[in-house]
This record gives sequence, C-alpha cells and structure tokens, in this order.
Amino acid sequence: MTSLPDRTATDKSLGLVIDLDTCVGCHACVISCKEWNTSNYGAPLADLDPYGAEPLGTFLNRIHTFETAQPGKPAQVVHFPKSCLHCEDAPCVTVCPTGASYKRQDDGIVLVNESDCIGCGLCAWACPYGAREMDGAEKVMKKCTLCVDRIYNENIPEVDRIPSCVRTCPAGARHFGDLSDPDSSVFKLVEARGGFDLMPEQGTKPVNKYLPPRPKTDTSDGPDVLGPLLAEGTEGAGGFLGWLDRALDRI
Amino acid sequence: MHPAPSLIVFTTLSGLGFGLMAFLGIDPPAKGGWVMAVFAALALALAGAGLVASLWHLGHPERAWKALSQWRSSWLSREGVLAMATMAVFGLHAALIVLAGTQVALLGWLAALLAVATVVATGMIYAQLRAIPRWHSPLTPLLFVLYALAGGALLAGQVTVGGWLLLALGAAQLAGWHLGDGALAASGTTAETATGLGHLGRVRLLESPHTGRNYLLDEMVFRVGRKHAAKLRLIAFALAVALPAAIALLTEPHHLLGGVLVLSHVAGTVVARWLFYAQAEHVVGLYYGARARA
Repeated sequence: MTSLPDRTATDKSLGLVIDLDTCVGCHACVISCKEWNTSNYGAPLADLDPYGAEPLGTFLNRIHTFETAQPGKPAQVVHFPKSCLHCEDAPCVTVCPTGASYKRQDDGIVLVNESDCIGCGLCAWACPYGAREMDGAEKVMKKCTLCVDRIYNENIPEVDRIPSCVRTCPAGARHFGDLSDPDSSVFKLVEARGGFDLMPEQGTKPVNKYLPPRPKTDTSDGPDVLGPLLAEGTEGAGGFLGWLDRALDRI
Repeated sequence: MHPAPSLIVFTTLSGLGFGLMAFLGIDPPAKGGWVMAVFAALALALAGAGLVASLWHLGHPERAWKALSQWRSSWLSREGVLAMATMAVFGLHAALIVLAGTQVALLGWLAALLAVATVVATGMIYAQLRAIPRWHSPLTPLLFVLYALAGGALLAGQVTVGGWLLLALGAAQLAGWHLGDGALAASGTTAETATGLGHLGRVRLLESPHTGRNYLLDEMVFRVGRKHAAKLRLIAFALAVALPAAIALLTEPHHLLGGVLVLSHVAGTVVARWLFYAQAEHVVGLYYGARARA
C-alpha cells in the first residue's frame, strides 16, 4: 500500500495552482483551511497553549513572505502559500512503515490513514517542503487532504465542492483542478503563465504548480510623473500670495 | 534535525547489540556454555533495549506492530522485520550452544548476516532521505555498519579485529564529516529553487508564516549543534576511535583496560550520533531563512 500507484493507472492528478502574482498574503486560506480541517475529516488540528506565551499549532497550509533583490533594482515582495504538493513521486509515501501514508490511484491525492499512523514522523522528514506536521495532541501525522471531504461531497452546494483554501481566497490566487487533463482550466493556466515546480531537483514531481510573479517594473529611468507637481516654486503666484512671496523675499 | 535522545539511545545500543551478534554468530567464545550465555544475553539485551527506546519516539507505540507490514517499500519496516528475524535466529544459535553444546555454523553465519543487514537497514532509513543532503549518502549506512561492527568486536573481546575496524571507522567518519559539510550546498537545493523565485534575484525570508515556533522548526531546523560542532567532533573522534584504537592495537588489554576501551568507544559513539542528528540540515529550513554555509 505504501508503494506509489503506477503512474499510467492514475486517472486524475488533482491539485492546486497558486498564483504568486495575485496572492496578497492575507492568510485567509490558512484560517479557512484550519477551520474546515479541524472540524471535519480526521483528527482535529491542535492548538497547544493558544493564549499563552508559546502558542504552537498544527497547520496544513502556511504563508511565507519572501523578498527578492537584484543589484540596482527595486526589491520585490512575494507572498508564498505552501501546502502539500501531492507529488507524483511522493517520498513521504514510500518511507511509511505501516501503510498509513498513501497516494490514491484514482485522483492522485496523498492521504494519511490516521488509525494506522504510529506517529514516527519519518514521512515529515522525507518531505522536502515541510508539508506534513505531527499533531501535538493526537500524535498522528496531519497533512493537506485537498479537502477530499468537500470536493466529492454531495451534501454541500456544488459551488463549495472545491478545497476550502480555493473557495475562500479573496484574490483568486488559488485554483483547483485536474492537472493531468490538457482541457482543464488549471492545465491551460499553467501553460499560459509558465507554471513551475518547487525544488524540481528533489525529484518529487509535484502536482501542484506555482505561477511566477511578474517582474517589477524598473522605475529608475522612467518618466517622473509626480515630481514636477511636488517641486517647490512661486512662479506665477499672484494676489495675496504673490505679495507675500515678494515681501518675504525682501526681508 | 532534532537530536531525539530516544533515537540516539536506540541507534547506539541496537548497533552495538547487532554488532556483537555478528561476532558471536561467526566466532562464538571457545569456552562455550555459560560464557556464551552471558555474551548472548548482553547482545539480545542491547538490541532489545534499543528497540524499546525506539518505541518512545512514536506517537502511538501501541500500533508499532503495524510497522512490520510494509517491508516491500519502507526501510523502516525492513529494519523492524530484520531486527526480529536476527534476534530469533541468533537466539536459536545461542540456545543450541548453551543448552545442547552444539554449534551450527550455518545458523551462526545466517545470524551474522541478518545482524549486518539490520544495521544496513537502519542506515538506509537516513540515507534514503534526499531532503536531508548530509544523510543522503552511501557513507551513512557504511558508518552505521562500521560503528556496529567495531563496537561489536570490542564487546566480543576480538580486540585486534576491533582495532582495525576502528581505524576503518575513523577514516569513514572523517570522510563523512568532510563530505557532509558541503552536502547541502552540493545538493543544488537553495532558497531560490525552493521558491522558484531565483529569476528575480536572491531570495530572503521577509516574514515567517507565524511569529512562534512550529513542529517543522522544532523537528527539522535544529541549530544548537552548530556552535560547538568542531569541539564535539574532536571529543567524539578521540573517544570513539583514537583512544580505543590505540589501546586495542598498541597494548594487550585485560579486563580493566578492556572496560575502559569499550566505555570510551560507546561514549564517543553517543557524541558522534548526537552530531549526526544535530548537524543534519533539512531543506525545509530554506523556507525559514536557513541557508547553506558559504
């Protein structure tokens, strides 16, 4: 069971496409993910010492903020959501000694069967992305389920049958779909925008893709729009202000 | 990586136990009977204590038996299966010598082979992890085997063999430290490949996801080991390799000196094992502002 499914046998590759150009870093997806996943499938996501000096919580989705700098150019700030990438060659699956960690044959989602998890933590070590966190209270491994309990859930309105993070993103920076289907909107989006893999050299073949932020316009040599309006000067001043200008000049 | 005491105790003790089994399997003490009983009990106790220590590390030790199921794909599962098989075969081998006075050479060799395979599996658990470049090396299982065999030889009283194994261990350990220090840089994984933002310039963490700590930082971005690493390496090398090798090869140690030799080696092994975890850099640290040493 902890062997990976044969790639040709995988019907779909469900995953996320995250647009780094659009993400505003509001952390709404983090909160929405935590709320949905703490109250539905599997063990709740612990919050240890939530109001104390050292709060420690389990999250399946975390937002980093990076700054990139090139000499002579303005710095660029990029908000960077990170969750499980549902890799094709998921190293977290094959290391599992109990078969609790598995990749689904039909849609490619990587899941943990919590009743088989012994909490050894080896899968979290194997993941280069830090997508798995051991729950501090339940002592089982938690990870993004791609909201498997939403996307196939016929008890909720159809519009909600997408991962919670995608549903909640106010900027439209997160997209969900079948990345193995050339006709899907996510596949086309990745093609059009040059979507890329994180740490391709690790050989994990992530399903989730990231869309690059547009490079910031270099403003150093551009036309100065506001400058002339803000510059000091009294040419053409008339009336009281003109008199005041001349009077002050004479002092 | 976080140097969990349970893992340091487990890998050190079980390594010694399986190393001792390898030597008792091939060349059991000539006096037989009670001497073999004491040695065999020591080997089984060390391996058993190590396995029990490894259970402390689990979130759900009551389900540990399930870990024997995935030997086709998982090195951790293979280690568990091999450890049990080794202890069973070695137990039978030792029981035949102690109780019936007969030595079945084939059984002893099988026990030795299984013991070495168990330690290889332990090493492969770490060596398979590409996300931790320092461990992702053939030297990792080699070092685990050499620590086990050198310690096992010393415990079995095979002092000359042990001395030579210590020299091999010393060379492998120095190579491991040297290559390990450059492993993260050589892996090609950087903050730029981690974020895919390299085309925009050098990537710097501006804000962490949360102001506090988290599981990932506690488990995989351990930093304490770096500060005293050079001194600890010296201590580990002196205690685990240099001192016992000198005693083993330059003197003819009897019981007291033999005890010093074994204790020194074990203490040095614990320090080396602590460094093995504490110095290992996980690439997830790149998302948290950690960088390869320039």
